[in-house]
Amino acid sequence: MTAASSTGQGNGVRLGVVLLATPLLLWLLVLVILPHVDLLLVSLRERIAFRQYEFSFANYIAFFVEPLYWNTYVRTAVMSIMATVLTLIIGFPVSYYIAKIMRGRGKNVLFMMCLIPFWVSELVRTFGWMILLRESGVISSFLQWAGLVDGPVEMLYNDVTIMVGLVYTSMLFMVVPLVSVLDSLDDSLIEAGYDLGGNAFTVTRDIVIPHAMPGIASGCIVVFMLTLGNYLTPNLLGGKDSLWFTEQIYTQFITRFNWESGSAFGFLLLVLSSLIVWIGLKLSRQTLADTVR
Amino acid sequence: MIPSIPQPRFYKGLYTAYVAVFFVYLAAPLIVVGVFAFNDSQFPSMPWNGATLKWFFGDTRPAIGIFNDRQLLRSIGTSGFVAIWVTALAVFVGTCNAFLFERTHFPGKNLLYVVALSPLVIPGVILGISILVFSNAIANNVEETFGWDLAFLRPGLFLVIIGQFAFVTTITTLVISARLRKFDFSLEEAALNLGATRAAAIRTITIPFLKPALIGASIIAFLMSFENFNTTLMLVGSDAPLTITMFDRLKQGSTPALNALSLMLMVVSGALALLAVFAQRGGQGDKT
Amino acid sequence: MADQFDLECRNVGKNFDRFVAVDNVSLTIPKGSFFSILGPSGCGKTTLLRMLAGFQEPTSGDILIKGKSVLGVPPNRRPVNMVFQHLALFPMMNVADNVAYGLRRRGVDKATINRKVAETLARVGLPDSGPKQISQLSGGQKQRIAIARCLVLEPAVLLLDEPLGALDLKLREHMKVELKQLQHEIGTTFVYITHDQSEALVMSDQVAVMNAGKFEQVGTPQDLYYNPQTAFVASFVGESNRWRGTVGETTGDYVAINLDKGGVILADKAAHASLPTGQDVEIFVRPEAIAIGRSDAAPDPVPGNNSLTGTVENVLFNGAASSVQIRETATGHEMSVALPQTGAFANLRAGDVINLAWHASQTRCFAGVLPSGIEGGQS
Ligand SMILES: Nc1ncnc2c1ncn2[C@@H]1O[C@H](COP(=O)(O)OP(=O)(O)O)[C@@H](O)[C@H]1O
Ligand SMILES: [Mg+2]
Repeated sequence: MTAASSTGQGNGVRLGVVLLATPLLLWLLVLVILPHVDLLLVSLRERIAFRQYEFSFANYIAFFVEPLYWNTYVRTAVMSIMATVLTLIIGFPVSYYIAKIMRGRGKNVLFMMCLIPFWVSELVRTFGWMILLRESGVISSFLQWAGLVDGPVEMLYNDVTIMVGLVYTSMLFMVVPLVSVLDSLDDSLIEAGYDLGGNAFTVTRDIVIPHAMPGIASGCIVVFMLTLGNYLTPNLLGGKDSLWFTEQIYTQFITRFNWESGSAFGFLLLVLSSLIVWIGLKLSRQTLADTVR
Repeated sequence: MIPSIPQPRFYKGLYTAYVAVFFVYLAAPLIVVGVFAFNDSQFPSMPWNGATLKWFFGDTRPAIGIFNDRQLLRSIGTSGFVAIWVTALAVFVGTCNAFLFERTHFPGKNLLYVVALSPLVIPGVILGISILVFSNAIANNVEETFGWDLAFLRPGLFLVIIGQFAFVTTITTLVISARLRKFDFSLEEAALNLGATRAAAIRTITIPFLKPALIGASIIAFLMSFENFNTTLMLVGSDAPLTITMFDRLKQGSTPALNALSLMLMVVSGALALLAVFAQRGGQGDKT
Repeated sequence: MADQFDLECRNVGKNFDRFVAVDNVSLTIPKGSFFSILGPSGCGKTTLLRMLAGFQEPTSGDILIKGKSVLGVPPNRRPVNMVFQHLALFPMMNVADNVAYGLRRRGVDKATINRKVAETLARVGLPDSGPKQISQLSGGQKQRIAIARCLVLEPAVLLLDEPLGALDLKLREHMKVELKQLQHEIGTTFVYITHDQSEALVMSDQVAVMNAGKFEQVGTPQDLYYNPQTAFVASFVGESNRWRGTVGETTGDYVAINLDKGGVILADKAAHASLPTGQDVEIFVRPEAIAIGRSDAAPDPVPGNNSLTGTVENVLFNGAASSVQIRETATGHEMSVALPQTGAFANLRAGDVINLAWHASQTRCFAGVLPSGIEGGQS
């Protein structure tokens, strides 16, 4: 199997590689590459009659001239970036606490406690937020009971709630890489920083954050990606006005049955996510392969 | 900063309080979902009307418990069916990929590796529509050319399985590769040296070494499939898996039966998750 | 008088829960000296050093730097700097930024920083390495940068935690000499901890031998070697031949020690006046204190001389450090004896029978029986 260590059985090795590569190539070609090529082709055609199409940029033009689509697109990108930054800001101190302040068993327990909620379906987690935040929900009842408000308050269906849900849902993907990268930071580097006269702020700025950069990059990329492609959370917590781009894609495909336009939207989302991930990788000098290791 | 650096009590306390609040934030939604499964009320909301088990075992309208809800039970079955297929396929292909990437050298390997990782960065909705569009194109072409109607290429469970498989395989590949990378190749050489054939060496030495990762990858694949929503949403036909059924009910506004179901899911997936972690942990243990 | 000392510890102790890691240690380190703390792994050296640096609070006692108590002073405000066991150079910065780090924290202006960094790098012999990345340095260079990073701050005391531990043998030998030279040139007080006796002996002005959280003896290297005060010091510093026995009769200036395995060894009465007759003792004799002679040339009977015969088992030729392993004829005790460097015994072979002799004044006895397993910490 190992080409490097095998000599004199060149054919066997070739055959082995080919056999091993077959499922991989089938998977990537049939399920990943060709469908996306087809998606691009479909997005670049216009229906002129039943089962008659011609090449055109009409779907993309429609996207750019219709403010609703365009606004939704930009709004989705901006909110995703905001959610990513918030997740980082909220998750970093917690990851640091787990990695550098906790010791022994407590550390493992706390880390597990961070992970477990995310093995539960996103649907269930979002449902939990709905029970907490709806007009007849737990928080509204609590506020009334405490006398802080007079009547029920509806906290669902606004942007803040969407943000709360997105940050919640993404937290795992930020905390895990951060904990692992911070765990690998030798305590003695922090001690040396102090010994040479640093304080909490300068040591964090000069030593902890530069060390954590790969983890920050991979966490942010994954969180951004997942947020951008999220459907459930904006849909359930944001209600009708959530204006998330994936909802537009769903509408084009399933409700309007306009696959050409839906494909174009899908492709635009893909371009957006690839572009921003690419920028993120460039800025942090990481590669995709490093990021997943 | 770290325990060996003295910090004022006040800051330490503040920091600990922040972390505590964070964990409350993590736990709150899950706790309310669980608690309201026992609320004796028609809706999963305040006020609390006393405890009941009817959302588990009730069999009279309007309080149909989950164990008597045909539609829910069927969709659990559907999800299980899909998840088993996805797991089997993804672990098999993931294992092949791991051997390919860790044990062979061929031109273009790095490029192929990046492509193999790409499903991680493709939003699930887009993976779903691309497979939908592509399979539909094939089905249409076949129908036009040969006059056959390939029903399995229309939205339905086959496409759901294929769609989930497309990205779950990336995860299984990563998990199994990570373990295979730690394998000491000289163990296999020792087996060959002791007279094993190459196939026997892999079967008796390498695969047992990979077992924790295979178990871990299986559990992860199963859960990811069972809980998948985005890709499934685009590919689903008339047989709805559990997440789709739950979503529909959530939108309509459901009884606390949904809470009961969620509680069961939490318990089962929590247990499976722990199992996955321990399977992987056990794997690390025997290395050190 | 107190400010004669850069560093002083008064009855410092440190407990981890019940475990006593450092037990009532007192020390004073004069200005500008090279002070080593030598002890086996786990004896509490790092813990003591980290208390000096401020990373651990003592459970009891007081620590004074330049005559002022530093209890409660955080590590970033103590006038001491530490070279960490694994150096802890910042991999995210280049060499110059590592060295400049402490100065920047003090808010020193750019021009001064650049000048001082250049000076310090030159002083440790790496004048052009400023723009290099840490990963581009060799082990010995990293070592020097770690020291430079502290020295640039002109600390009252430089603390070093087994800094040579990670280097290979050859480089370690080289760095020993270099470190001592460096300390001599700059005159900063060094507190150096190590488990390697040769590092401690070669470099230090003063050595404290530490065992199980306590200081066994503090003295010059020569003191420790020639006048060990405890059985632990005798066994940990340098090589020794060892026996067990009980104190027997005194004859004139000499006291006879009856060995457990049979036979008698003479020791100075004056040096062992405190040992009562019948006391169980450990007996130590340095290999180089024993003179060897051919069995045909019987030695003259000198008063107070110990005289034995033995069979050569092994000749361990190692140039100037050559020795022979000998089985003593009467008791079967295994002994090690240094070979004279003259080459007079170059033709010694296994199986040869030889005479062994040393004067009673070279015999050291310590009351009590030492737990086994503690041997000289040869590098
Ligand atoms: N933070 C700690 N908690 C508990 N025990 C410790 C801690 N630090 C050190 N020890 C114990 O104190 C003893 C001395 O440790 P150390 O000072 O590191 O020894 P040395 O540096 O001499 O090898 C060891 O037995 C060690 O296990
Ligand atoms: Mg130590």
